[in-house]
Amino acid sequence: MATQDKPSIFADIDDGDVDQEDESVDRWRRNLRLWRETLTEQWRMLTDDLMVRLAMITIAFFMAVAVFAPFIAPHGPLTRQYEGDAGIIIVDWAEPSFMSAESEYLLGTTAEGFDIFSQLVYGSRAALLVGLVAAVFTAGIGTLVGLTAGYYGGKIDDTLMRIVDFLYGMPLLPTVIILVALLGPSLWNILLAIILLQWRSTARVIRSQALSLRERPFVKAAQVAGASDWHIISRHLAPNVLPLSFLYGAFAIAWAILAEAGVSFIGLGDPNTVSWGTMLQSSRAYSALDFGAWWWFIPPGICIGLVVISGFLIGRGYEEITNPELR
Amino acid sequence: MSDAESPDGADENPLLRVEGLQKHFQVDEGLISSLLRATMGKEADYVHAVDGVSFELERGETLGLAGESGCGKTTTGMSLVKLHEPTDGRIEFRGMDLTESNDEELDEFRRNAQMIFQDPFESLNPRMTVYDTLAEPLRIHDIENETARIRRALEFAELQPPDQYFDQYPHELSGGQRQRVAIARALVLDPDFVVADEPVSMLDVSLRAGVLSLMERMTEEFNLSVVYISHDLSLLRHMCDRLAIMYMGEIVEKGATEDIIENPQHPYTRSLINAVPVPDPDVGRERVELAGEVGDAIDVPSGCRFHGRCSEYIGDICETESPSLERKAEFDDDREVACHLYDSCGERS
Repeated sequence: MATQDKPSIFADIDDGDVDQEDESVDRWRRNLRLWRETLTEQWRMLTDDLMVRLAMITIAFFMAVAVFAPFIAPHGPLTRQYEGDAGIIIVDWAEPSFMSAESEYLLGTTAEGFDIFSQLVYGSRAALLVGLVAAVFTAGIGTLVGLTAGYYGGKIDDTLMRIVDFLYGMPLLPTVIILVALLGPSLWNILLAIILLQWRSTARVIRSQALSLRERPFVKAAQVAGASDWHIISRHLAPNVLPLSFLYGAFAIAWAILAEAGVSFIGLGDPNTVSWGTMLQSSRAYSALDFGAWWWFIPPGICIGLVVISGFLIGRGYEEITNPELR
Repeated sequence: MSDAESPDGADENPLLRVEGLQKHFQVDEGLISSLLRATMGKEADYVHAVDGVSFELERGETLGLAGESGCGKTTTGMSLVKLHEPTDGRIEFRGMDLTESNDEELDEFRRNAQMIFQDPFESLNPRMTVYDTLAEPLRIHDIENETARIRRALEFAELQPPDQYFDQYPHELSGGQRQRVAIARALVLDPDFVVADEPVSMLDVSLRAGVLSLMERMTEEFNLSVVYISHDLSLLRHMCDRLAIMYMGEIVEKGATEDIIENPQHPYTRSLINAVPVPDPDVGRERVELAGEVGDAIDVPSGCRFHGRCSEYIGDICETESPSLERKAEFDDDREVACHLYDSCGERS
């Protein structure tokens, strides 16, 4: 209708006078190329920092360990290496062999007769699982809720943000205790509690970003062109908050691992899974500190420290990309 | 304006007819303040951003909306492209009422009405390439020949060669180039009607002329109807066929551009035109300086909204009776003025 009664610079195109096929841009190939360019650029900026590089190597190392745990660990994490008299647990440990002790266990054994090195190797699985799953869900839920609340505003915003406020009133440990009491102790329930309480801060920050983005003229321009709400949220708001949700995801790795270790340490961990937190817990239960069995609790402590610091360093490095003022 | 027939003479309706457009914004919309209001029995406060604006726009015609900041000209412009839902009043596009349109009609309107924004640094998504920015409206409306259209629109906006700009991000472009991309985005759908909100005020003076001549060309070649919003009267004089001067959400004077600039009649228009600097220092002219501040847009002044600052204040009628925008007996041009200084000429237009 629009093109019939008025001059148009597009008239010949619509009439098909211009040869189209060979001139058109292939949409998918083009998008792929743009994505690759953006990613390589961000990767270069991120790996520009020595600390970030070291942190990434550390995380990659622990990931490799977690994946290949069965091949690295000489024993099962919860296989007793020896039994005491009459098959009961003995309070006796083997000292680590790397201290030239007369022992076949690299890092010694626990009072329960478990190989500490194997536990450490398998513990990386729990840590990285908790860290990565929590990060994905924290960033994912937080971003979705934040974008929805910020873009629609009004009652939707009010409702979602009151839920966030409510979650801010929930402390981590009591929530875990109740969940574990209700659902039974397992790694997944700890994970659930961590995710439940962690998306709140992401949601708030993303919401405030979305609030300011939706007033920007490029969003108005899309509305004038007739874009749907979903189109605006996915094409205009999400790409602009993505670096921020990435950042919160990176920090979430560290927080989740710390939280899991803490919860396991106070004895609410999964008894059937070995994590660095449960290792610390049993070393405390058997008073390893009093007996000077430092090889029991120092290695898991170092591992937790390394992974958590690496997570923070990567987050920090990414923060410098998203917020250039920090440099 | 009944003598101005549309070029093809087929349809009686002007392209756009605005009648009594109102847009009020509630001041405290929060949950707590609305609860407080409910318990204390108070009425909500409203900012009267636009308060009864009416005009018609023919095909190919350019209308300038002028006024100082806060007079509601941008809100009017945003309501025209349906970025705001008007509080009251009607907007008709090709005879179709936009306030009661169905999805299909709205889609048709969205294809034909576009807006160009003031700040080219904000009006382009920083994470989208030029190509994607221009492709977006085409994809929304499922229009074919995407690449060819984009190429043509960029060429029209004098971004040559167009292929070189396809993969550029806004931060790689200069302010003038960005505004050209924004104009190309508005044109790529081949619209009939464009609202240009201060299109050059954020650009370097050296770039303005180029962008303005592009917009002139666009008006001509697309036979576009354009509403220019600006506080810059010399720009509007250059670009517009007709002018409407706004004050506190109302049009106070409306007519052909030359008539209004050369011979302003409403006291507010006079003071606006007197404020435009003249490059010749020897030109002496009568200065009318505005006293006081713009009135309160929440608690609107009674009668004529300009009465507190008016140099021609003629007594109680200014404070009690709100002047209507109408043809006056004193003038034989198309002009309409809302002022008690002049006699109504009886027959209302």
